[in-house]
Amino acid sequence: MNFILRRLGFYALAAWVSITLNFFLPRMMPGDPGDAVMARMQGRVQPETIDAMRKAYGLSDDPLWQQYFDYLGNLMRGEFGIAISAFPTPVTDIIRTSFFWTLLLGLTATIVAFLIGNLLGIIGAWRRGGLVDSVMPPLLIFVGSFPYFWLALLALFFMGFEWGWFPLRHAYSSNISPSWSLEFVGSVAYHLVLPAASLVVVAIGGWVLGMRNTMISTLSEDYVMMAEAKGLPQRRVMFNYAARNALLPNLTAFGMQLGFILGGALLTEVVFSYPGLGYQLLGAVRNLDYPLMQGIFLIITFSVLGANLVMDLLYVRLDPRVRGA
Amino acid sequence: MSSTISTVESAGPTGDELVQQEHSRAGRIFRSGLLGLILANRKATIGASILLIFILVGAFAPAIAPYDPDEFVARPHQAPSLDHWFGTTGSGEDVFSQTVWGTRISLGTGLIVGVAVTVIGALVGMTAGYFRGRIDDVLSLVTNVFLIIPSLPLLVVLAAFLPAGFWTIVLVLTVTSWAYGARVLRSQTLSLREKDYVSSAVVSGESSFRIIFAEILPNMLSIVVAGMFGAVTYAIGAQAGLEFLGLGNPSSTSWGTNLYWAQNNAGLLTGAWWTFVPAGLCIAFVAFSMSMINYAIDEVTNPRLRSQRDTNTLLRTSNRKLGKSRATPVLRPTSGD
Repeated sequence: MNFILRRLGFYALAAWVSITLNFFLPRMMPGDPGDAVMARMQGRVQPETIDAMRKAYGLSDDPLWQQYFDYLGNLMRGEFGIAISAFPTPVTDIIRTSFFWTLLLGLTATIVAFLIGNLLGIIGAWRRGGLVDSVMPPLLIFVGSFPYFWLALLALFFMGFEWGWFPLRHAYSSNISPSWSLEFVGSVAYHLVLPAASLVVVAIGGWVLGMRNTMISTLSEDYVMMAEAKGLPQRRVMFNYAARNALLPNLTAFGMQLGFILGGALLTEVVFSYPGLGYQLLGAVRNLDYPLMQGIFLIITFSVLGANLVMDLLYVRLDPRVRGA
Repeated sequence: MSSTISTVESAGPTGDELVQQEHSRAGRIFRSGLLGLILANRKATIGASILLIFILVGAFAPAIAPYDPDEFVARPHQAPSLDHWFGTTGSGEDVFSQTVWGTRISLGTGLIVGVAVTVIGALVGMTAGYFRGRIDDVLSLVTNVFLIIPSLPLLVVLAAFLPAGFWTIVLVLTVTSWAYGARVLRSQTLSLREKDYVSSAVVSGESSFRIIFAEILPNMLSIVVAGMFGAVTYAIGAQAGLEFLGLGNPSSTSWGTNLYWAQNNAGLLTGAWWTFVPAGLCIAFVAFSMSMINYAIDEVTNPRLRSQRDTNTLLRTSNRKLGKSRATPVLRPTSGD
């Protein structure tokens, strides 16, 4: 219980830091974001748009602490302001749809990579010096050396453009309207393959190496030796005795990976024009849409904090040692 | 010398102590002869050679590049030929010259950020680990907050607000990536601090500063160095990513801006693969050389991995197979026991 309380306090602090950072960033930049947008857009924005933005930021002639509390109050009420690039759509509306796509892409890629990677790691450690163990690590080091967004570019170029196997952009065909029909779900899955695969290829390496190394030290534990001595089937020793215990560190890593799911797929989304948070974030940056940009940053941060909290709760259930501490 | 393969259970020093001893051993090697260490290990030789080649290319870029990287020299989007080894870009620049010049900024950013991140990480982590108590609580808290805030979105937001330029990228990358090293070095310091030689240094009245940097630091040099290579790799990749998004300075020439222009000039959708392949390969080569060096450091300092490698070599040369036992194999001279 104590452990959970301490973690809660920590997450609250982290949330406060990112909110405060968000508050001070537009005030740190030279000039006023409102003027910057005005100058850049050359009269393409209405003055009321800028006023809405100033209001959302609490940018006014009030003293700084007053502005700060106004800003906090706005956030508490879930008011992230109005998107400048899509005036007068509230930022939260844009975030809601793109959040779904990011989650779909990130979760799919991470779960697939986690399963394949850990399985390869288990097999590699079990048959040390075997085919999987000797071929995988060097291959993974090699593949892991490439920037993942460049692999995505390469996949898009060859499998999307040159050979035409997969669609070039977006999350579903533009001539189907979103619904739960088989056709639409199929289209979504088809569009998901290439972005997800490009993430999986890069992510697998970490899981394999992590699992392999923990597995190797777990395998020298007495209880594994005991299980073998009892004459239990190999498969049972491998999965129920060794792998089960070796999985814990990787599970923690899975929690940390949640940050990558939500924020790290940013470049992949940009390459495939996948309409998730990352793609929207870049769009917001290019359009100088500060409210949208900061709203997305906050949502990503809060989600990561929330996800880590869930992992902590899970960890307490899985590892009795944490409960005592 | 003939050897037998036997397995040891935890007799004698425990694994952690062994690792500790090995780390101090590596510390001595680092101080005595870096070159010897590099030449003795195949992975280190490969890694260091690739890295050296890139450093030389970056240093002598004006002499190596046949054209000005920003000059219109031929028709746009020409395939690689004898005149233009890597072809030309969408605005008719020579891709080979751009790649050579790009080495400077990309590698430079990576190295500067790598060193900065390591220094900050070492200062924060070692201070926290050495003084413990209140100081540790505060520093660990700061470190963990930096660790948990997702770095890529933060990078994008920071880069969007600050004026574009080389030093902005350096600053932003350093701010977002020092925390990991600090955490690793803190836990290492915590365990080294319990060693007898630290206690004796404390008793003999040495200053904390001296104990941290002259007693403890040399004994965890391998981890610090490995962390630095990791940070350099991360920085090069992240810088390329930021510039690919157009958040760097698009008018300078680096591997990241090359990728940015390749995508923006539709190099991708006109079949001009040569506009984006070289930059990616260069990043991959540098990252690969860093991992090689890191694996070599790991091999030299981790007795488990070293005995594993020696065993594999022995098995290969003597055509024998390892038994079913799962314990870490140990090579021992037959005459010895």
